[in-house]
Amino acid sequence: MAGLRLNLSVLWWLPRGLIFGLMAFFIFGPLFNMALWTVTEKWYFPHALPLEYGFSAWARVFAPRGGALQSLGNSLTVAVLTVIVSLAFAIPAGYALARLKLPLRSLILLAFLIPQAFPNLTVYVNVARLFYEIHLNGTIAGVVLVHVSHGLVYAVWIATAAFSAIDVELEQAARSLGAGAMRTFRDITLPLAAPGLMASAIFVFLESLDEFTGSYFVGAPDVNMLPLLLYTAGSGGNYQVASITALLLLVPSLIFMLIVERFLKADVLSRVGR
Amino acid sequence: MPRRLLGLLLVMPALAVIALLFILPLVMSAVGAFQLNGGWGLGNFAKAFDLYLNDILFSVGIVSLSTALIGFGAIAIGGYLTLGAHPVAVTILRWLYRWPMFIPFIVVGQILRTFLAKNGMMNNTAISLGLMTPIDAMSFLDWRGIVIAFVWKQTPFVALLVAGAMASVNREGIEAAVNLGASRLRVLVEIIVPQVTATLAVGLILSFVTMMSVLSVPLMINAQSPTMLTADIAFRVNAYGDYGVANALGLISLVLASSVAWIYLRISLKERA
Repeated sequence: MAGLRLNLSVLWWLPRGLIFGLMAFFIFGPLFNMALWTVTEKWYFPHALPLEYGFSAWARVFAPRGGALQSLGNSLTVAVLTVIVSLAFAIPAGYALARLKLPLRSLILLAFLIPQAFPNLTVYVNVARLFYEIHLNGTIAGVVLVHVSHGLVYAVWIATAAFSAIDVELEQAARSLGAGAMRTFRDITLPLAAPGLMASAIFVFLESLDEFTGSYFVGAPDVNMLPLLLYTAGSGGNYQVASITALLLLVPSLIFMLIVERFLKADVLSRVGR
Repeated sequence: MPRRLLGLLLVMPALAVIALLFILPLVMSAVGAFQLNGGWGLGNFAKAFDLYLNDILFSVGIVSLSTALIGFGAIAIGGYLTLGAHPVAVTILRWLYRWPMFIPFIVVGQILRTFLAKNGMMNNTAISLGLMTPIDAMSFLDWRGIVIAFVWKQTPFVALLVAGAMASVNREGIEAAVNLGASRLRVLVEIIVPQVTATLAVGLILSFVTMMSVLSVPLMINAQSPTMLTADIAFRVNAYGDYGVANALGLISLVLASSVAWIYLRISLKERA
């Protein structure tokens, strides 16, 4: 009897293996396909695998006139600036939302979700029109502003959670020892909130790096960014260049997502959006 | 300075960013939809429905189908993570299902385009396994490609939310039902899913809105007619500089997205009454 039950439970691995195998194929298949394209020299129908492998596409992408270095530079500049500007707005806002009694607090929190909760394509079209009037269209500053409006929800929500996870008594102790409000904030509150703020910086950075629609309308064709390069290469049928660009966009996403759990502790996570 | 005033002062700059860079353009697009050459009227909407009615229906169909599939997939994954009998299988699934969530839409569009193409890896694998012949190979780069891309990218996100909600469902009720002989599928459908509908609805509405505004996936997978409204809006602006019709199409997609949220609000209010 016991042997029969053991056999039955082993048999369960058949459907499990089949379903997990199919899932793995559909999840990792496209990624593997992309990885193959990055090192393909020659590949056409009906061959299941590339006929020749090589790195000539990499050389072309990273050649001085290949455009990738410039796009990569623009993308990183915009992402870093977006993080700085977003945190400059989000740290005071998050502190106020966490510590000071605000009227309509939950409505204010919800307001930052608006850019994620409405279809944003027409908004970017009209932002581009506005920016055109004030000469911000086609500039790094214009793209940064668009990315900030989109990334603020992460910055503000996570910063608020990070500040409210800090024990108030630590701040009160510093104050009673004679530290001023600013000094308490700088020496006690800010260092304690740093891991949470780091997590919000990571989210904002990734949002900015991967953003396509806003950059397409506000940045292109003057400010070239990686997603735009990927789009142009892909629609031109250049799958090697498109796949290499896709890989460049993918690696930071995966690395950051793997390490973000180190900065985003459960005590902060459980307070997000509250 | 009173603390309330100080608080408002600290929040105000961030709120101003949202107001100036999102709400103002949103209002501009709503107003612009009714603006005609030298007057006001519904001309843009007439033109939008005239030219793009098929695409409006196509978008609603694609996004609704994708939302349904995402909901189904998220419940299945969350349910297995909560009720799965074998700890190793649960661990494998937990590790496996999250990957697409971290991949940007533009990359999803590119990698699925090469994967689903006529000579893509999906067909090639099926051919080399003997499941079909090269002559039967067909491209999935039409409405099916868009649905696959949306489901591929959004299911992990909703599954993550739903699995989190399912984990906090009271275990005693579940164990009691299992002890009374209820099958795990029945426990999932009759006990667990009703308790996580709020979370599921929030995840699905956010996905619905996201899919209504993604431009890169339809552009990369299927930009021929019929296509998604987002591709039409970009085309109206880039090819004709026609902001009137683009804004009208934008308002239509806004109404579609908010009507979904409204239906959800109605249902949840009725349930509470």
